Amino acid sequence: MSRVGVFICWCGENIARTVDVNRAVEACAKLPGVRCAENYKYMCSDPGQALIRDKIAAEKLDAVVVASCSPHMHLKTFRRTVAWAGLNPYLLEMANIREHCSWVHQNRDQATAKAVDIIRMAVAKVRHDHALQPIHVPVTRRALVIGGGVAGIQAALDIADSGYEVVLVEREPSIGGKMAGLSETFPTLDCSQCILTPRMVEAGQHPRIQLYSYSEVEAVAGFIGNFTVTIRKKARYVDVTKCTGCGECSKICPLKRNPSEFDFGMGMRPAIYIPFAQAVPARPVIDKNVCAKLIRNGCGLCEKKCAPGAINFKDQDELIEEKVGAVVVATGYKLYSIGREQSSAKLRGYGEYGYGKYKDVIDSLQFERLVSASGPTNGELKRPSDGRIPQTVVFISCVGSRDNAKGLAYCSKICCMYTAKHTMLYKHKVHDGQAHVFYMDIRAGGKGYEEFVRRAIEQDGAKYYRGRVSKITEENGKLIVRGADTLAGVPVTVDADLVVLAAAMRPADGVEALAQRLNIGYDENGFLLESHPKLRPVETNTAGVFVCGACQAPKDIPESVAQASAAASKVAVTFAASELSREPEIAHINEQTCAACFACVRTCPYHAIEKAEVRARNGALIKHTARVNQGLCMGCGTCVAVCPSKSADLEGFTEEEIYSMVEALV
Amino acid sequence: MNFGYYPGCALHGSSNDYEQSLRVCLTALGVGLKEIDEWVCCGATAAHSLNHKLAVALPARNLALAHAQGFAEMLAPCPMCSMQLLRAQQAVEHDPQLRTEISSMVEAKVDGGPRVLNLIQIFDRIGLDALKAAVQQPLKDLKPACYYGCLLVRPPTVVEFDDAEQPQSMEAVMMALGAKPVAWNYKTECCGAGMTMASPETVLELSGRILANAAAHGANCLVVACPMCHVNLDMRQAAIEEHTGKKFGLPVYYLTDAVGMALGLSTRELGADRHFVVAGKEA
Amino acid sequence: MDTPPTRLIRLLQLGDTETALRADSIWKCVSCQTCSTRCPKSVDCAAVMDALRQLAFQRGSAAAAERRTVVFQKAFLNNIRRNGRLNEIELIAAFKGEVFFRGRSVPFLFEDAGLAGQLQKRRKLHLRGEKVRDRGVVQRIFERAAGGAQ
Repeated sequence: MSRVGVFICWCGENIARTVDVNRAVEACAKLPGVRCAENYKYMCSDPGQALIRDKIAAEKLDAVVVASCSPHMHLKTFRRTVAWAGLNPYLLEMANIREHCSWVHQNRDQATAKAVDIIRMAVAKVRHDHALQPIHVPVTRRALVIGGGVAGIQAALDIADSGYEVVLVEREPSIGGKMAGLSETFPTLDCSQCILTPRMVEAGQHPRIQLYSYSEVEAVAGFIGNFTVTIRKKARYVDVTKCTGCGECSKICPLKRNPSEFDFGMGMRPAIYIPFAQAVPARPVIDKNVCAKLIRNGCGLCEKKCAPGAINFKDQDELIEEKVGAVVVATGYKLYSIGREQSSAKLRGYGEYGYGKYKDVIDSLQFERLVSASGPTNGELKRPSDGRIPQTVVFISCVGSRDNAKGLAYCSKICCMYTAKHTMLYKHKVHDGQAHVFYMDIRAGGKGYEEFVRRAIEQDGAKYYRGRVSKITEENGKLIVRGADTLAGVPVTVDADLVVLAAAMRPADGVEALAQRLNIGYDENGFLLESHPKLRPVETNTAGVFVCGACQAPKDIPESVAQASAAASKVAVTFAASELSREPEIAHINEQTCAACFACVRTCPYHAIEKAEVRARNGALIKHTARVNQGLCMGCGTCVAVCPSKSADLEGFTEEEIYSMVEALV
Repeated sequence: MNFGYYPGCALHGSSNDYEQSLRVCLTALGVGLKEIDEWVCCGATAAHSLNHKLAVALPARNLALAHAQGFAEMLAPCPMCSMQLLRAQQAVEHDPQLRTEISSMVEAKVDGGPRVLNLIQIFDRIGLDALKAAVQQPLKDLKPACYYGCLLVRPPTVVEFDDAEQPQSMEAVMMALGAKPVAWNYKTECCGAGMTMASPETVLELSGRILANAAAHGANCLVVACPMCHVNLDMRQAAIEEHTGKKFGLPVYYLTDAVGMALGLSTRELGADRHFVVAGKEA
Repeated sequence: MDTPPTRLIRLLQLGDTETALRADSIWKCVSCQTCSTRCPKSVDCAAVMDALRQLAFQRGSAAAAERRTVVFQKAFLNNIRRNGRLNEIELIAAFKGEVFFRGRSVPFLFEDAGLAGQLQKRRKLHLRGEKVRDRGVVQRIFERAAGGAQ
């Protein structure tokens, strides 16, 4: 029969003030199956734990109930205690007589009676508990990083430097992301490429990083420690092993005027191009949508010119399979599209600002390219319309952000800072130019950030108006910007040469489809969902998949880098042992009684149940059955609820255990 | 094609040139209009400024009458009227209690009533291709500044017509007639509306800016679809010229004037000779 | 504009309706609806201005400088109440009479007098205004609107 030990804790006065512990001990000693009932002031303390261990030995206990606080507090503590005494740690139950009893009731008699009931239920349950063993899952100690911006690069380097191989996938022809296109970064005004390109080169050359550029993740199967990833390497039409990056092909290409993606349309590029001079890899790609040879078998000049013979018009997309144990998603962001065309019906664009109608109304990333030393105008700030240097520039904050009516409700976090930066970059280039900023609030919460904004206003003379812009029209080559200053209570009109709109930050295109492939969640704005916003910001609810950078929420470079290192450390934790140990309180399917209706397969939110076959020794098929993948199951119990034959059950919370608790109470 | 017709007070008052113009023009296009019997004033600015219940009730009565008289659709050529009718329609559509209350208040069954259309929507119904085919005299000398005013396109949640910031529906009609509408910046800025009697300085200032911008962008006339805008820009043009010290001499056509002229009708038939500013000279 | 719309709404948020009701901005407003169209928080500012006007009118506390607008609109509504449709000559006479009665401004009385002749020449002046046949129902609608909660 059972030899259950009951240990009731006083928790100082937390429990004992309301529950009469001595009376409870007396009552519990008489419960069926209980061998001994003890009490102690602080059961979680060393002497308390020692008491439990001594009793296990002395009374040859085969199960333990600790009546104290919530399992969230000390379940692990007491499991370790009983394991040390030689008892299986899953033959321990906790009866919560603090949060569920002493902390919520006042009447001593009733509380004591309830405490005894709770313990009675726990005793009934523990008598049906199975001795479970942790589940071991093998781990492939290689990581996949999706996205080669600053976050992806940082994560890849950290994981690789920890000694593990990394597969880095980037869908643009070069890594570097948005940061590679910025001019200078706040709050230091460091040249963006100068600080990023060394990292880019390191990532490109690292012996443990396998870089797939101009590639996308097509499919992901498997589970933590055991992912199989299919990567589509898009056709470059250039053999990168032969190509030397000399650039002759781009020079000779006749189709020179295609809007450059890297310059956000502020400059042009040929049909065969390296996106920017510092690209990694520094190899060109052919735009198959405009190349005359690919479309109608014309031209072919680049192939003739290429000395190493690296051009290959017969190139095809390639599908590559990689096996990894963890995935880090770092897909970054894009800007809100300010014109009328929007990706969702909820967004309406800003017709009143004339973006798309007036050439000299641009967005913030376009401005970065215009002031960037390696940009389409070599760092000279020239108006897109006529190439003149603007003497008056208006910057407008919150275009698309904080707008419930036709934009996105959230704040994009970085725009106040980069707008201040833009005014400073402008002033440094055009010494007698005047910057005007229309803002609603100034959000400058980082280290040195407030001081940075004050510098823009106090030293570089930027004029800040607290109010929105109502409308922008063009008269005689000037942009008439009509706004307001609500602090003074007056309308403010500025005749500008150039207007820069701080457009909202949104997750990059295609992130929702990718999230579905990885089985991770995303919110109504498309930002990827973290496990817990405060305590687990880089993990997702899918074991083994981590997120970092702007794909999780708007953030700046320091935060992206910090999050990337955090994700890398989580990967390192995952890879710390060659096997992963998982809690065994997961679902189990009785294959004898399973009718193979597969309702559980369809309902499992973690895709953790597979269709399997039971075969005889000679290979003959006996029956079909559902089978739980022990690496993926999270123990939610949904399959138990839907199974019509009661074949699915949850270890640690079996139907027998639960019913025994109910019966004990009734 | 037949529609119910809600003229509103202006078209039967000093803007009867607008009614003449649209009756003559639409008849020529084979569109029938039947005036709603016993229609009452929609309440205009006075009602929505001073009495909320009245501002819903008066338009609601008109909707109820139109519906009872069997009209499925009705034209309200004055945007103040059409906006008030649409607003009242929206209010009762989502609130059955209000519907009952208003019905007993106006002594007629209000249930949402007929579809309310503005003048430009009538031309959209006729179809730009049909319109183009009916053109006898393309308006190739006309460089109009198409002026929408406020209530044809705002509030967008009520009128749900064209684009509130950069509308193009009137330009589309004018181009089908062979005219060359100019790109200008005061298409949807207010002319001063109903302030013409109580605060004429407001009208002189606001309408002055509209005329100035139209002229600055090379327009040789304006085209409107609102009687109030017409009064402010046409009847008051002389006063505006005095106020701004600039001469404009810009004729202001109703949209139906423009369509009528392209169809070959004379300004006399259309009533366009009754405007204050006639092409080239002031009357 | 003494109190721009942002400040009016802020005063209301702070509970200071009295100051808001005394602003003459609410009578300068032309109800062009641009504010409500643009507001990123979907505040129907034009409707707030309407509500302020209605309240100010009920309490008789309209700002002095803009009384003409109130006088005009009140005369307009009385006109509709009597006729069902607007009789322009009656309205102008009532409006001018009322304003003259308050301020004794002779120039105002004759302002735009020249226009009468111009309108007459163009057959735009109607000496006899239109009326609906059933004027009783219009009266009753007005009575019910005045009595109900606003």
